[in-house]
Amino acid sequence: MKAFADLYTTLDETNKTNAKIEALRAYFQGAPPADAAWVLYFLIGRRPRRAIAVRKLAEWAAQEADIPDWLFSESYDAVGDIAETIALILPETGAVSELSLHDWVEARLLGLQGLPEPEQRTLILQAWREQSRQQRFIWNKLITGEFRVGVSQKLVTRALAEVSGLDEATLAHRLMGQWEPTPAFYQALLASEVQDAQISRPYPFFLAYPIEGDPAATLGEIHEWQTEWKWDGIRAQLIRRAGETFLWSRGEELVTDRYPEVVAAADQLPDGVVLDGELLPWKAGLVLPFAKLQQRIGRKSLSRKLLGDVPVIFLAYDLLEYNGVDWRAQPLHQRRAQLTEIIQAFSQEGPLLLSPLVQVDSWAALAEQREESRGRMVEGLMLKRIDSPYRVGRQRGDWWKWKIEPYTVDAVLINAQRGSGKRASLYTDYTFGVWDDAGNLIPFAKAYSGLTDAEIRQVDAFIRRNTLEKFGPVRTVKPELVFELAFEGIQQSSRHKSGIAVRFPRILRWRQDKPLAEADTLATIRAMLPTEA
Amino acid sequence: MTTRNNRTSLLLTLTEYGLYCAVGDFYIDPWQPVPRAVVTHAHSDHCVYGCQTYLVAQAGEHVCRMRLGETALLQTVAYGEATYLNGVRVSLHPAGHILGSAQIRVEYQGEVWVVSGDYKREADATCASFEVIPCHHFISEATFGLPIYHWQPSQAIFAQINQWWRNNAEHGKATILYCYALGKAQRVLAGIDASIGRVFTHGAVERLNQAYRASGVALPETVYAMSVGKVDYRGALIIAPVSARATSWVNRFGDHASGFASGWMRIRGARRQRAVDRGFVLSDHADWDGLLATIKATGAERVGVTHGYTAVLARRLLELGIDAYAIETRYRGETNDASEAELASET
Ligand SMILES: [Zn+2]
Ligand SMILES: [Zn+2]
Repeated sequence: MKAFADLYTTLDETNKTNAKIEALRAYFQGAPPADAAWVLYFLIGRRPRRAIAVRKLAEWAAQEADIPDWLFSESYDAVGDIAETIALILPETGAVSELSLHDWVEARLLGLQGLPEPEQRTLILQAWREQSRQQRFIWNKLITGEFRVGVSQKLVTRALAEVSGLDEATLAHRLMGQWEPTPAFYQALLASEVQDAQISRPYPFFLAYPIEGDPAATLGEIHEWQTEWKWDGIRAQLIRRAGETFLWSRGEELVTDRYPEVVAAADQLPDGVVLDGELLPWKAGLVLPFAKLQQRIGRKSLSRKLLGDVPVIFLAYDLLEYNGVDWRAQPLHQRRAQLTEIIQAFSQEGPLLLSPLVQVDSWAALAEQREESRGRMVEGLMLKRIDSPYRVGRQRGDWWKWKIEPYTVDAVLINAQRGSGKRASLYTDYTFGVWDDAGNLIPFAKAYSGLTDAEIRQVDAFIRRNTLEKFGPVRTVKPELVFELAFEGIQQSSRHKSGIAVRFPRILRWRQDKPLAEADTLATIRAMLPTEA
Repeated sequence: MTTRNNRTSLLLTLTEYGLYCAVGDFYIDPWQPVPRAVVTHAHSDHCVYGCQTYLVAQAGEHVCRMRLGETALLQTVAYGEATYLNGVRVSLHPAGHILGSAQIRVEYQGEVWVVSGDYKREADATCASFEVIPCHHFISEATFGLPIYHWQPSQAIFAQINQWWRNNAEHGKATILYCYALGKAQRVLAGIDASIGRVFTHGAVERLNQAYRASGVALPETVYAMSVGKVDYRGALIIAPVSARATSWVNRFGDHASGFASGWMRIRGARRQRAVDRGFVLSDHADWDGLLATIKATGAERVGVTHGYTAVLARRLLELGIDAYAIETRYRGETNDASEAELASET
């Protein structure tokens, strides 16, 4: 546990990417595989099922520290992180645990699962008493599963690449899908050659950056580019191997069970095929609003009615594997040709469709097409170099997204919640309202980003001084501050008080010049709704 | 203290100018200029510019002078020595916060009030140590009035700083340590191992170093960074106020590591928000246990809580059976609910 706690502290204490990679490299070089496998597992954001409610941990810590619950809450309010608050208030014992990380996880943490509460409490208190403050913090993080230490999966992969001498893409691929953090897994991960027995494993997604400036000026000849619509659904990978079908979302979640219509069609794919594409709600040849798809997301049991109301299709973008061979290095035009051939065997009604190309012969014509995005219910265009390989992660150069300009409105800050990670001690998650006809502010969108650090501090101070009420973590705030918000899409929604749901809302800027009364009205925003929705 | 009959006495009352003693006609740490001010210490939120006369502890004369200017009428008094203002007995006693910091003891007709100002309980090489003054009515600060604030001995913190500085020096880097220019900077200077390398200072720190040295406090040799020409800062330690961070002033030091010494560094989020490489938990205020222990030790029957987490500390004291109340402070930025960013100057 000590080596990991030290690693965590080092990662936490530096803002510099190189220093983080160096610390990770040093750790993985020396760590026993049994520990390293768990560290990897936690750092890339995986976590075991939570055995104990956070509320219980807080309660027991307050008892151990002999402070009342209200004082714990005040402390948490100042710290903004429950694992840290607990570590800070527990009485210091001077103890330091010598137990290894995998023992802490396997014998102590996983052992908590399913025990009656009094036994869990005894074990937790015992653990705290054996640990230093830093170890308690790590241990609490292991329990709550909220590791945020400014390390992305990409960074971890880079460090492991340095340790193993493998390339990052190979490691990224081996880290996809389902695996258990065992020494055997860790050793296989770093082995120079590995027989990939795992048939469900997806490839890392290739993601595009937004284009900067005018494509006509920067991207050269238009015929060197394949252009498609940028759809607003769930990016996914469809795998057909060894007679089985797997569907992965970009969030690396296996969602095979959630989209039975897609899976039924995919069972007809030839064996040894992996497709990159988008899950979209689709009816009678037209895409439905994203809000419809949300009714399907996370729904474990699918009623016949829901399947009928919101049918989902898989719109294929790319071919990553064919005949069991990794095709990612092939040029895009070849992959597209083969993909077209595969998809042609399927009905044009769905649920397995080919992403249509936007056929134009000039950048000007493409720009005109882009203007139609809203009517087509897409977010803009995707530009892909026709000879590009399918790369790993977000990279510049070969693929670009060319989104339409967002909608903007001026809205009023009406309530706030704490942020997470480095902003956990500040109020950074805001809800904004707009005026209705009766002169009330109606909650309309939530947004988290878009302000500078200095503005965040100012707004945080304003929130603390102008809190009207507290409901759990939420503070309602005196309406005063006006912000310009941007968002990508807008739909009617019965689930929102405003009757409207927006996509990707974010703060463009703080309108310190704008009086409260001049914020936008619901009527103005309703006028933005697509006419047929 | 023995119980008196007159429990409702208000020897000190809160006015729009600050704490006021009507009988003695003087203010303690007033917020706006007044005719007569008795001042606990030279930090700006306690020592306002423009009063007609000031009464301060002798030990703090040089640092108060630095803040108030040559023309201010400064009356000094040794710790423990009594002065009478309109028949009210006033004496100043060490608060252990910074050089010259004092608790103000006010006595009239057998009733004793003590105003703590800012204080800490741990010994500090740059100022006299806190003394517990028994009283009927104690007015305590509460800057770190939450149970999450618990200080390690400063020797352990200085060892961390030394180790960090040495390590940076070995990697050919300069080391910039940000801290409050009055008090913390000098405490750090007196605590570090100056044999590791040269020590440079920001102008704001250097001026106060001179005031400390003039007051007889031993500090290692420091060089005002602007006074020298092109210097190789590798291996050096630079002490600067937080306000210098993220300004072009730091560019001259080349490749460097940065740290911040403050009680606020106890919380990870506070350090990350400051975007420094290292946070050192070193405070000139009492921690949670220090506040509770001190308040109990005074034997006060009634306790006013000001400065920081006032409501929290007052509520806890009430639960512990001590008659306590929160005193509203003037600065919005210093109410108990202010964010770390506003509080981080730790005055
Ligand atoms: Zn103060
Ligand atoms: Zn002070």
